[in-house]
Amino acid sequence: MYDAGKIIPGLIIFLILITFPLWYSLGQSAPVLGYQVETPEIEQLEEKECVESVSYMRASHMRLLDDWRNEVVRNSRRTYINNAGKTYEISLEATCFGCHTNKADFCDTCHSSLNVEPDCWNCHSEPKESQL
Amino acid sequence: MTVNRRKFIGAGLLTLSGLALIPTVNVFAGIDKNKLSEGTVRWGIAMDMEALATKGPKVIEEAAAACHRVHNVPKIELQEEAVKWIWGEPYEKSFADQKHPYLNESFLNSLFPVLCNHCDNAPCVRVCPTGATFKREDGIVMMDYHRCIGCRYCMAACPFGARSFNFMDPRPYVKEPNPDYPLRQRGVVEKCNFCAERLAAGKQPACVEVNDALVFGDLNDEKSHIWKMLNSRYSIRRRPGLGTGPNIYYLV
Repeated sequence: MYDAGKIIPGLIIFLILITFPLWYSLGQSAPVLGYQVETPEIEQLEEKECVESVSYMRASHMRLLDDWRNEVVRNSRRTYINNAGKTYEISLEATCFGCHTNKADFCDTCHSSLNVEPDCWNCHSEPKESQL
Repeated sequence: MTVNRRKFIGAGLLTLSGLALIPTVNVFAGIDKNKLSEGTVRWGIAMDMEALATKGPKVIEEAAAACHRVHNVPKIELQEEAVKWIWGEPYEKSFADQKHPYLNESFLNSLFPVLCNHCDNAPCVRVCPTGATFKREDGIVMMDYHRCIGCRYCMAACPFGARSFNFMDPRPYVKEPNPDYPLRQRGVVEKCNFCAERLAAGKQPACVEVNDALVFGDLNDEKSHIWKMLNSRYSIRRRPGLGTGPNIYYLV
């Protein structure tokens, strides 16, 4: 091989750089987002549960909200039956914001740390408490 | 190339046999002419112009204010950029094609409440490239603001000028937002939704609720008040010759 002295160190540097995202965070724990679930409204509830299980909501709330909006706007169906058979009114304002009144501590904490910018609030009003 | 009689007749029959494709084409084009008018609810409004005249033009403003408050419609002074769901229009603008020199003056001088006609054959629905404007089964021409890209084809298509474009962020122009209903954002078109959210809650449209000269009801129901009113008195619609089939009636 010609110029092995340059090519091999070059390849090694290249491999180190390209695997940077893999080894950079080794040994570090994931950042704690510290979002706040509890609100005065939730504390007053007898059963502290969301429309679906916490793990489902954490992973798929965006899909659920997407389905909800299509159900109401396009199919004119305004009730949601969850996995446990309980019915809820499909409404961001009445149902979601009825409990989650802390948009800044609940929604925004994760969204901003993950750099997602949902455009819900371009049109939908924020829950009252967080506007203070 | 010569064409003899046998070839000519053969080619003619082959061409005619193409008509057999029509049912297939209709299925794929989604054309079903009877679908909308049979057995389903057909919402409409009848406006009693005599009753309105006795109350004065103020009631139209009140109805508009009630509608605009419920739906967070921005109040923009600049006429070119104003957003309106329902408003008053003089006869020569609302019924321009039905004007003649011997028309009763009280007619010419009075304002007619105008809004989206929720047409049976709505041109705005046909032109919308994203399906943001669509026809519900109960006849309401509904808008899905999430899908509107602001191309404004619908505004060009609507012969009644019932649609408004948000040239700016409407939020600063809504003084007291109704928290139960969303606003719109800059760059989307908006219009009357026949109070679909109030109908779902069993309420009357806001403009009808504050003004008893307007009657809301099911045009397909022969027992409804609106059906009886339209059946007993003479009524006109805006620009019926265009064939859009408006569902707002004016009893004169």
